[in-house]
Amino acid sequence: MGLLDKYAALAAQYHQLEVAGANPFNVPFENVLSRTEAIINGRETLLLGTNNYLGLTYDPKVIEASIQATQTSGTGTTGSRIANGSYGNHKRLESALAAFYGRRHGMVFSTGYQANLGIISALAGKGDHLLLDADSHASIYDGARLGYAQVTRFRHNSPEDLANRLRRLQSEPGDKVIIVEGIYSMLGDTAPLKEIVEVKREYGAYLVVDEAHSLGVLGANGRGLAEREEVEEDIDFVVGTFSKSLGGVGGFCVTDMAGADILRVVSRPYMFTASLPPGVVAAAEAALHELQTRPDLRATLTQNALRLYKGLQSLGFELGPEPGPVVSAIMPTPEAAFSFWAALLQAGLYTNVSLPPATPKGLALLRSSVSAAHTTQQIDRAIRLFGDVGRERGLLPAVPAATRSE
Amino acid sequence: MHFIQAVLNGRRAGSSRGAVRGQMSDQTNEIREIIFSTLRAALPQERPLSDTTLIIEDLGLDSVAVMDFVMEVEDRLDISVPLDKIAEIKTLGDLISTVQLLKQVR
Repeated sequence: MGLLDKYAALAAQYHQLEVAGANPFNVPFENVLSRTEAIINGRETLLLGTNNYLGLTYDPKVIEASIQATQTSGTGTTGSRIANGSYGNHKRLESALAAFYGRRHGMVFSTGYQANLGIISALAGKGDHLLLDADSHASIYDGARLGYAQVTRFRHNSPEDLANRLRRLQSEPGDKVIIVEGIYSMLGDTAPLKEIVEVKREYGAYLVVDEAHSLGVLGANGRGLAEREEVEEDIDFVVGTFSKSLGGVGGFCVTDMAGADILRVVSRPYMFTASLPPGVVAAAEAALHELQTRPDLRATLTQNALRLYKGLQSLGFELGPEPGPVVSAIMPTPEAAFSFWAALLQAGLYTNVSLPPATPKGLALLRSSVSAAHTTQQIDRAIRLFGDVGRERGLLPAVPAATRSE
Repeated sequence: MHFIQAVLNGRRAGSSRGAVRGQMSDQTNEIREIIFSTLRAALPQERPLSDTTLIIEDLGLDSVAVMDFVMEVEDRLDISVPLDKIAEIKTLGDLISTVQLLKQVR
């Protein structure tokens, strides 16, 4: 009996994908050519699954800032934030984030995953209660486990169900902390934040919003769903990431809560890991500046997202409930998702496959994410390829839906 | 054996008082019926269900599907089963015992 035998069933499936030469979980981008193109399997491929929402990964100002900081301060901090790993630019980035959100405190983590782990585990410990949306990202579930709080799931995007579960917990001692996301990464839908805020108030709970996929995407200033829904004052903690719209890596949390600096010495994922290298911090700071000063990027992203969503919808694909930068086509089975994905890749289009248990309700998804850097022609090419493959595989009617007389 | 331990282990509590036992098993049967009917509605195909049925291995549910199914049970019984308790549940008997314990605490 070997140590890894417990994974035998999964290993067999994984091996099958490898043998078929189509494993969506192990795709090397041999050469990245631009914000929207890479060489995959020796072929020039259009990237439609990179979460690079504003296309800032090759921004000259961001690159220059990163080079400068690396030259000045070196390639790495070689230490954690609570030891030798807090440089001037970590502090500056924290201030810039706090100022952007109009909050008193900003805190930077080494990844978005760790920001959720670090904040959730520090806010709710043994004897406290966490209320998680059922479709929460893995980092939220993992953060919940790290803190030893009692965890209750509520039905996805259902304020009524949240209220019901808070009611059941009413007589129990301990703080109640609700966690929701701005945009849910699998189907691209947004949280009913106004209604959730009402429930939070009614039951005296705290509210954390993970704006990982909505930073730079939603709101007049790009601050996310809370800004769009005009409920920022009721959000106790905003968590986010630099690895999507900001085109880098790292995570953050901002809050107005008095005494929030204590989190720096109680949050283990903040304390016991190396801090971000100066070049990465400088890139995030420069990208945040671009996000704030170039609202046109957001407008282009929204147009592109709508174009892809409408294009796939009119072909006859079943999509997530609302248009946005994440556009997921619901596939009948995981096998269909794999073969559709492989056919698109073969045709020069890279997307993501998302499968249960990472997806809600056992759905197999072919997930796309749109960038402001995509040209209209690229979006149209993607739609055309989806249509071709869909008809080939019998997932779409032989004649495009839009041209049928109905 | 300690009562709570016995319940958590999914075994019958060894009470010597017949009236209490009768009451308990009535409630157990009611909970079992609710759990089984919820499960039948959630499963894509019919499967034999018993207290020894392994929820993941025998029913082919993944971790999220188990949590979704427990959510249905929670609503029908107006209780909340904390996620760490769900993680400890292996068989339908374990689930029945956990739910019963939560009903009693309330």
